[in-house]
This record gives sequence, C-alpha cells and structure tokens, in this order.
Amino acid sequence: MRSIDPIKIAALGFALALILTWQVLAELRIISPIFFPSPSRALSVLVARVLDGSIWTPLVATGLRMLFGWALASLVGVAIGAAIGSSRLARDLLEPTLDFIRPLPASAMIPIAVLFLGLSNAMSLSVIAFGAIWPVLLATVHGFSSVQPELRQVSDVLGFNRLAFLKKIALPSAFPDIIAGLRVSLAIALILAVVTEMQASLPGLGWEIFYAQRVYRSADLYAGLVMLGVMGFAANHALMLFERRVLRWRNLHA
Amino acid sequence: MRRIVLGSILPTLFIAIWEISSRSGLLTLESLSRPSDIVRAGIGGLTDGSILVATGQTFETALLGLTFAAVAGIIAGAVLGLSPVLERVVNPTIEALRPIPAVAFIPLALMMFGFGVSMEATIVAYACLWPILIVTISAVRAIEPRLLEVADILEMTFAERLRKIILPAAFARINVSLRVAAGIALVVAVTVEIVLNPRGLGYSLMLAQQSLRVDVMYAQLLWLCVIGYALNALLRNIGPAAIALSRASR
Repeated sequence: MRSIDPIKIAALGFALALILTWQVLAELRIISPIFFPSPSRALSVLVARVLDGSIWTPLVATGLRMLFGWALASLVGVAIGAAIGSSRLARDLLEPTLDFIRPLPASAMIPIAVLFLGLSNAMSLSVIAFGAIWPVLLATVHGFSSVQPELRQVSDVLGFNRLAFLKKIALPSAFPDIIAGLRVSLAIALILAVVTEMQASLPGLGWEIFYAQRVYRSADLYAGLVMLGVMGFAANHALMLFERRVLRWRNLHA
Repeated sequence: MRRIVLGSILPTLFIAIWEISSRSGLLTLESLSRPSDIVRAGIGGLTDGSILVATGQTFETALLGLTFAAVAGIIAGAVLGLSPVLERVVNPTIEALRPIPAVAFIPLALMMFGFGVSMEATIVAYACLWPILIVTISAVRAIEPRLLEVADILEMTFAERLRKIILPAAFARINVSLRVAAGIALVVAVTVEIVLNPRGLGYSLMLAQQSLRVDVMYAQLLWLCVIGYALNALLRNIGPAAIALSRASR
C-alpha cells in the first residue's frame, strides 16, 4: 500500500480553507450575505436541487445546446478545413474572407441571428456554431496541409484518386490536430450556450443563473455556477479520454 | 497577387448579388439592409463619432481588465512557478475554477458592482487570468536554475527577483500569453456589453438591432471585424518586435 501523498492532503486543505474563510466571513456578516451567501447555503441548495431532480432539466438543456452547436461547428469546420487544407484553389478563394470574419466576437452575431431566427433554439445553435467553428477549422487546415510528403508519395504509388487520398491518408493523418481543435471548440460552445441563454431567455443553466440574480436568490446563483464548472470540466475530460483512446495507435509508434 | 484576386471574388460576388437583388425588389427582408446603405451608415457613425466613442469605451474596459489579469497572473504565476510544492497545493483549486465560463459570472458581477466599467472589467480579468497564470507558471519553472541560484547568493528580495531575473528570463512566453489574453479581453468585453452592460460597441450593436436600424447594425458588425482584424495583426507583429527588443536590451 502506498501512503497518501501529503501534498494532496495539503491541496485539499487549501481548497477547504478558502471555503471555510468564506463561510466564516459570511457568518460574521463581514461580507454581505446577499451577494455572498455562505457556502453551506449554496451547497444545500445544490444538494436539494440534485435530490429533487430539478437541476437535471436545465443541465440537460444546456448540455444538448452545447453538443448540437458543437457538432454543427465540427461538421462544417472539418469540411471547410479539409477543402482549404488540401486544395490551393479553395484556400485562395476562402481564406482571406475567413481571416477577416474570424476575429469577430461570436456574441456579436447574436443581434443578426435574432433578426433572422428570432429568440429560438435555432438562433442559439447558429451563434454557437459560428463561434465554435474556428478552432476546429484552423486545426483541420493545419492537419490537412501538413500531411507528410512520404505519405503523399505512397498514395501516388498506390494510384489513389483524390477522394481516396483524403479519406485514407489525409484524414487519419490530420486526426490528432482535429481532435485538439474539437476540444477548444467544445469549451467555446459551452460559453456561447450560456450567453445565448442569457440573451434570449432560453431554458438552461445560463438562464437559471441570470434569473437567480434578478430575484436575488444568490445561493441558487452559486449552485448554478458550480454545475456549469462541473459540466465544463466533465466535457473536457470526456473528450480527453476519447482522444487518448482513439489516438492509442500513435503512442505505440512514438 | 493571385491570392488577393481570388480571395476577393467571393465577397465581391456576395455583395453584388445582395445589392442588386435588394434594389430590384427581389429581396425585401427587413433583416437585410443594402450594402450601399451599410457603408453610408458606417461612414456616418465614424464621422459623427458615435462608433469611435463606443470603441473607446470597449477598449478602455478590455484594457483595464487585461491589466488586472496580467499583474495578478504574473505575480501569482511567478510565486507558484518558483515553488513546485505550493503549485501542487494550489493547482486543484485553479483547475476547479478554470472551467467555469467567465460569462457565467456576469450576473454575479452585476449584483456586486452594478452596471458600468468595474463589472465588465472584472469579467474580462477573470477570463484573461487563466491563460496568463498557467503560461507564467510553466515559463518560470523553465528558467535556468543557476539564474535563481545567483539571485539566492545576491540575497535578492522577491520584487527584485521578479524584476531582474524572472521577468526577463520568462518574457518571451509570458508575452505570448498576454497576446492570447488581449484577444480574449476584446471578445469578452463585447460579449458582456451585448448581454447586459449598457456601454461600448456591444451595446450599440444591440441597440441598433432593437431599434431596427439594420444598416447601422451591419455597419458596426463590419467595424468590429475591422478592429478585431487590426488588433490581431498588431499583436502578431508586436510579439516578435518585443522579443527582439528584450534580446537587444540584454
């Protein structure tokens, strides 16, 4: 049996000490309980909402919003990225325009999306997709344009046509880059899911937090924040596990 | 050259079709203005100063938040980078806070500060803190240990150490993280303004949409593209220049 690392205990102690300080300050009313409810109150709200099941509806709503928007961004991003990364003509046609649009904050698309689609889920999805497309698009372009020359020669020797080359050589070779891009995109998708919920009063955790503030239920607000943190953490780690599993072949060679 | 010609084909075609179809009455959607009207609205907004004032407000807040994040992130990063034990103690707390989207703090910041500069700058600072902090930690950890031994022998204080050894040695990488954070700062500032803070470019964009001044809205969106593009280009060129400067001054 390995003994427990003292640093891990210290790390836990540090986090607990922070929470305890906050608790004491709140109990003594040194910080306003309206803004900073004691952690025990926030926690009890969280536990109560998990137990009575009322946390799941907004959690699932935000989660699905994030996933659908991310999936849309991934599909379009990989498609455009593959085109740009493998064809000089597509690159010259598209890249200048994309470079110009890319720095635009995705939230700035909200007003336009609202004009066209109203305060709807479609609006939310299009904004999420717009914002989350860039990391995966850039990563795909990089992946497709940096296929090793030897692999190109192999495909020439085997007489692959363009489609077979893209499918059998370029895509697998670009896959590590694409997955790295997908992870960044997922984090952006969660942010934009929260933003569009706040802006358009769509159901989900973002809206719950917003509403909790409006009615001064700050314990609910903190409970929502914690859930969002858990969700971001879980989504990122799920994708990291997936990455490790899918890219196992790479570590075998390296 | 080929790139400029080919690259301008799609946008030109798009704008031409848009303009022609809206003039000929094919396109009567209220959500679409005409490109020529948008340009006119843009020039109007620039000459009467309304766009520039809003831009100034957004930049002011973004810069304030970025500065807070840079000071806090570099100091904390230096402390944690110098002490691996402390870093391992604090790291789980950092990892627990980092995944919370910065925008989720908007309601909280509103409750604490009300509308205005401070709530927006706080959110910007939160969002910018993490990249700066994490890069600084690893940059400081990668400093040649003998340099730090020199600091020990000279019995430098922490402030001296930070100024004379750590910052120059870790400058290149910290600088990269500051550039990343600068991009984040602008995006977050505009986002906060769009969601609720009544000032800056994001708010005037929302206002134009809500009062159905579609031409003004598109003009401001175009302006956002322009300044975002300019900022990116600037940061890309500042980086190498600053690194060259820091090498030259050594």
